Amino acid sequence: MAESHGEAKGQKAGAHTEAEGGHHGGGFPPFDSSTYASQLVSLAIAFVALYLIVSRIALPRVGGTIDARQNKIEGDLAEAQKLKDDSDAALKAYEADLAAARSRAQAIGNEAREKQNAASEAERKSLEDKLAAKLAEAEKQIATTRTNAMSNVRGIAADAAGAIVQRLTGVVPDANAVNSAVDASLKG
Amino acid sequence: MKIDPIHQFNIEPLFTLGQIGNHTIAFTNSSLYMLIAVLVIALLMLASGRELVPGRLQSVAEISYEFVASTIRSTAGAEGMKFFPLIFSLFMFICVSNLIGIIPYTFTISSHLIVTAALALLVFFTVLIYGVAKNGLKFFKIFVPHGVPGYILPLVMFIEVLSFFLRPVSHSVRLFANMLAGHIALKVFAGFIAMLGFSLGALGWVGGVLPLALTIALTSLELLVAFLQAYVFAILTCIYLNDAIHPGH
Repeated sequence: MAESHGEAKGQKAGAHTEAEGGHHGGGFPPFDSSTYASQLVSLAIAFVALYLIVSRIALPRVGGTIDARQNKIEGDLAEAQKLKDDSDAALKAYEADLAAARSRAQAIGNEAREKQNAASEAERKSLEDKLAAKLAEAEKQIATTRTNAMSNVRGIAADAAGAIVQRLTGVVPDANAVNSAVDASLKG
Repeated sequence: MKIDPIHQFNIEPLFTLGQIGNHTIAFTNSSLYMLIAVLVIALLMLASGRELVPGRLQSVAEISYEFVASTIRSTAGAEGMKFFPLIFSLFMFICVSNLIGIIPYTFTISSHLIVTAALALLVFFTVLIYGVAKNGLKFFKIFVPHGVPGYILPLVMFIEVLSFFLRPVSHSVRLFANMLAGHIALKVFAGFIAMLGFSLGALGWVGGVLPLALTIALTSLELLVAFLQAYVFAILTCIYLNDAIHPGH
């Protein structure tokens, strides 16, 4: 306080006035009771005015601004969280779809493979049956051929035996005797 | 060159408002600075914007709001918030008027005991009336601390009652004496500069550097004290109100 008013109105030094505080007029100003009424009245007016301004307008206003900001921040955070949840859900749905598609593809593959296996098995069987039938037929043919051949062998043997006997003895042998002799030797 | 460190505390009537009993009610320099303080606070709190991202002025308003609100919540709990307007008004009124008072040639409202006493008594009676209205006779349990042996209880109660009724005294004198002493010290050291300069000539100009440095240091100290005393006043108000809200503790 570099106040430099020289003309103090009949004031004494502070050290002296403190002792005589409370006297009217002059003296140490904070203890000059003649100014109390004025100060109290203006303090009451000023403080009540301040209180009304603060409680009715200022605090609701500033508090409202702060609350609005807080709500905005919380709203934004909630929005971000919601978006994140949404994208998580979308990712999960995509993965589930992918897994389903994969398993379906596998099922289709399995089914096709089984079908193909069954078809080839059936084909193989029919082929085998056909071959077996052909084999049986061939064996039968061989058997008949052999039987025929065997019966031809007996005729030839009988003829040959008759001719041999005729050449050796000059006598035509009895056909029945030759036949029975051939049979007997064929049996032996 | 005469130094008069008391002159700054003079109450100068500017014009007369009226008469109550045999007291003349004048609009004084003190009234003017009260008005200025109220206007500054109103301007700060009402002229600041309402932006989502606050500017400087709005930040000051919001920091003041949250500072006082958190002080109340931490000392008097959530219930103390019903006294938010009162404590905010007290804090801002004292803080702003103290800060204005540091500007040279201005008047410091709280350097007058009658003003600080009126504010302290306002707090005292608020505590007393609210405490009794809310808790009835249980309010007076604050005079009976828990866990005190019976034989010294009367003594403790006497001390508690005495300290309760001395609260407005300490509450008001602390603020008043701090402001008064700080401003007198500032004035004395600032006066030394002028005195040295006028009386010792060139040597005085050099010698004046020391009190000038002291004056600068004291001014910054007074800036701190101006805020700190407002804070102390507000936090003591919260603590006293806490007694009225929770008398059991």
